[in-house]
Amino acid sequence: MITKAITINGLYLDSVKMMLISKELRQAKGVIDAVAIMATKENKEILAASGMLVSDITDAKESEIVVVVKAIDNEHADLAIGIANELLRAPSNKDNSSEKLPQSIDEAVITMKGANLCLISVAGKYASAEADKALDAGLHVMLFSDNVSIEEELRLKRKALEKGLLMMGPDCGTAVINGVPLAFSNEISKGDIGIVSASGTGLQEVIAGLAHRGRGVSQAFGTGGRDGKKEIGGLMLCACMKYLMDDPNTKVIVLIAKTPDKEVQDKLVELIKQTSKWVVVNFLKDISLPDVKNLRYCTSLDETAQVACELLGDGKQVEAKMLCSESYLIEPVNERRYIRGLYSGGTLCYEALQAYSRKFGRYPISNIASEAEYKMRDVWHSEGDCFIDMGADDFTVGRPHPMIDYSLRLKKIADEGADNEVAVIMLDVVLGYGAHPDPASELVSVISSLPKELAVVCHVLGTEDDPQNMAEQVSKLTAAGVRVFTSHIKAIDHALSIVEAGRK
Amino acid sequence: MAMLDLNSESLKVINVGLEAFASDLASKDRTVVNVDWRPPLDVNPLAVSKISHAYEAVIAKANAEALKIINQGKPVLIGMGIALQTIPGMHEDLILHAGPPVTWDMMCGPMRGAVIGALMYENRAETPEEAEKLAASGTIKYQPCHELRAVGPMAGIISASMPVFIIKNDTYGNLSYATQNEGLGKVLRYGAYSPEVLERLRWMDRVLYPVLNRAIKHLGQIDLQSLIAQALHMGDEVHNRNRAGTSLLIRQLAPALLKTMENIEDTTAVLDFINGNDHFFLNLSMPACKCVLDAARDIPNSSIAVVMARNGTEFGIQLSGTGKKWFTGAALVPDALYFPGYSKDDANPDIGDSAITETGGLGGFAIAAAPAIVQFVGGNAADALSYTRSMYSICFGESQKYQIPALDFRGTPLGIDVVKVIKNNLVPIIDTGVAHKNPGVGQVGAGVVKAPSEPFVKAFEALADMLQSD
Repeated sequence: MITKAITINGLYLDSVKMMLISKELRQAKGVIDAVAIMATKENKEILAASGMLVSDITDAKESEIVVVVKAIDNEHADLAIGIANELLRAPSNKDNSSEKLPQSIDEAVITMKGANLCLISVAGKYASAEADKALDAGLHVMLFSDNVSIEEELRLKRKALEKGLLMMGPDCGTAVINGVPLAFSNEISKGDIGIVSASGTGLQEVIAGLAHRGRGVSQAFGTGGRDGKKEIGGLMLCACMKYLMDDPNTKVIVLIAKTPDKEVQDKLVELIKQTSKWVVVNFLKDISLPDVKNLRYCTSLDETAQVACELLGDGKQVEAKMLCSESYLIEPVNERRYIRGLYSGGTLCYEALQAYSRKFGRYPISNIASEAEYKMRDVWHSEGDCFIDMGADDFTVGRPHPMIDYSLRLKKIADEGADNEVAVIMLDVVLGYGAHPDPASELVSVISSLPKELAVVCHVLGTEDDPQNMAEQVSKLTAAGVRVFTSHIKAIDHALSIVEAGRK
Repeated sequence: MAMLDLNSESLKVINVGLEAFASDLASKDRTVVNVDWRPPLDVNPLAVSKISHAYEAVIAKANAEALKIINQGKPVLIGMGIALQTIPGMHEDLILHAGPPVTWDMMCGPMRGAVIGALMYENRAETPEEAEKLAASGTIKYQPCHELRAVGPMAGIISASMPVFIIKNDTYGNLSYATQNEGLGKVLRYGAYSPEVLERLRWMDRVLYPVLNRAIKHLGQIDLQSLIAQALHMGDEVHNRNRAGTSLLIRQLAPALLKTMENIEDTTAVLDFINGNDHFFLNLSMPACKCVLDAARDIPNSSIAVVMARNGTEFGIQLSGTGKKWFTGAALVPDALYFPGYSKDDANPDIGDSAITETGGLGGFAIAAAPAIVQFVGGNAADALSYTRSMYSICFGESQKYQIPALDFRGTPLGIDVVKVIKNNLVPIIDTGVAHKNPGVGQVGAGVVKAPSEPFVKAFEALADMLQSD
């Protein structure tokens, strides 16, 4: 075996592209492991941990790309390095115009007359500098990047609001602004429901729920998960609420946040009292809020969508359109007892934990459990009833998000299937922009070789106008025997009922 | 706190980061522009904070002053002379070279070849071997052209008895110097030292120099600024294309050449020589930029570059606000179009003082004015336009004298601001010829080379240390 490495100067590619190139390299002949990555301090640590930080690249600069290949012999290593060079330098196919791209936000503002929003997804340590530039240029900001400190978040949000600008994020994955879906979002028509959400997948689930009920959104703001913390004080949640309260195109407001701190909850409730519009609130937990006549509290995301449509009072049908029967037999699976949830959407996984505790009176084991007693001891090793958010940092360092790259989840599905105590595998498939182009085909290849007695329940989150063709995705999965639902709460309730049936 | 304003018009998105987000939007005909983003340069954070605090109040003021001086500079050709008697500081054992300081043992092939040739031309050595020995002996001293107010293309060698042009900045009175351009092919500036090369140099001394000198004397002076401004309107950027500039020069010189003619053979030979050398004007456009930029030296706190120069080993810059100090980094190999039979493997790293043209807002910065040579920069006119456009974002201002027709006569980007280079992680582009790495082979290609970032990072950090508040 041999490990070879090269350093490439003067080239920059985004992290997703490099991870996809790394994936392709690993599939090259004679290659044991391979990676193409920016030579940042953090990445070098990752390389060191996997024994791939060879001496040739220890001095590589932060702005350089390193390619490391472990191969069976010298010849194959050289071949792989050649492939890497080609892939890294391949011109991006998207840019067929000969016009060169702007190289900075300042330049882009000149190139594009009337630009009004900047979508930023560079690595966290560079993110706030770019957000500053965008705000200085008078642009609304959606900051997809994570790993931005909470102090920086507060500073950026204050700065934005002084200028009357949006500062969605950091770690804001989803938004639909003026009808345009941004980052990990779904196609939805314009409509009368305005949403503000501190949860990305939570927002996607509600958008899908509204689309299935034939409704659209006026705006769907994301704020990033920490906006409800007292350190940020709900700055953006409140600003977006005020916008929706004043917005003539918004008839009903939906407010989603993962259990905000008490002082933020109070602020939000005070705001709700100041509007005559209905506000449907979901804090993703069973909590009680003060009685406010125009406030409706929901505990599931799908119910949130349902209630919002009911409150519109537009006389149209409120039932969700279904893409398959969504009725499956509930019967115990012989000898098998446990449920294993393998999620790509963090909020969906969280909703599953709540649904589980409602049914069984306690939480299942999870890598995102808030109480220590339910926390997984080893995230790579499931035990009992267990729910894993595979979008958590445990699984995404140096790898694309599980909504984009299914390879790790496929491996976990096969592992869980081989455990003869597992009765149900619960999955989510998130469609829309940013997500995998054909997840069903990837899943079917693994699911079809699972033991037949195992139940596979899958929530497909998407809308019919999403780029993947949702109906086709659903039918591919149902054809493979998967129990498909287009509402997460219905899917998880069904999955848990199978488990419950086995224990009676 | 202002209310959010979404101005319900259509959303126009600038995407920075994951390219897929931009292509998703574009696939549905939504308005999006993707930024070709790269991480910022690795710069000492303390320097960054010092500079950003001082930029508006201190640095930008100094830069405005520097830019004003540069824009008011007026280069004129006023005469010629022999280097030893003309360039202050020149002496018989001194050889001037392109770029930042470099010792004999660190010199690249072409520069060594040119030194060997110069020593033979000066009759200090009979053979290349003898010359090499003398060059390494310590008797011969080396110094950058720039430090004696001179500039030289490629190896940029100036030795004591070479004739030089004298250019004056008419506004500020300072002078600059450059040798006469030898033409293409086997020439000293590419490190060639064969008998034909030395013979040409001697002819240039014996015939070209006196004939031109008489004509220039007769004219009194030639306004180089006006020639450069016209040449830009005629498809030159006066670094890699000097055809218009050379033609305009002949137009100016012709009557004076006839008026001062001593014999028809010499004058004809001189006109033939200039006519056969499209780059003749380069050795005037370079010192023209040099004397204009030299006037803007030593303005405390200014982050504007007054020199960019390469010696084939290192790339060096000097800032107005940091005095005589050089900031250097390894010179890069140009990404060029190579002549048949040659490739990047044959190329020497970037070499020559000719990057003074880019420093003065010309050359690569004005490539949009030179559609005839766009094959050097990717093949189509749009590439040339965008090269020039991108340089505006690292310049403090624009030229008031030199304009680009294709950009609706916008002034060329002028006054490279090292702070903007660092902030945008965008280095100057230089539109250059490429020398073979072995002495004597000559030019093997032409194209565009990016300046290395290291000299700019070092200059930025040094400026931060030297910042003075009133």
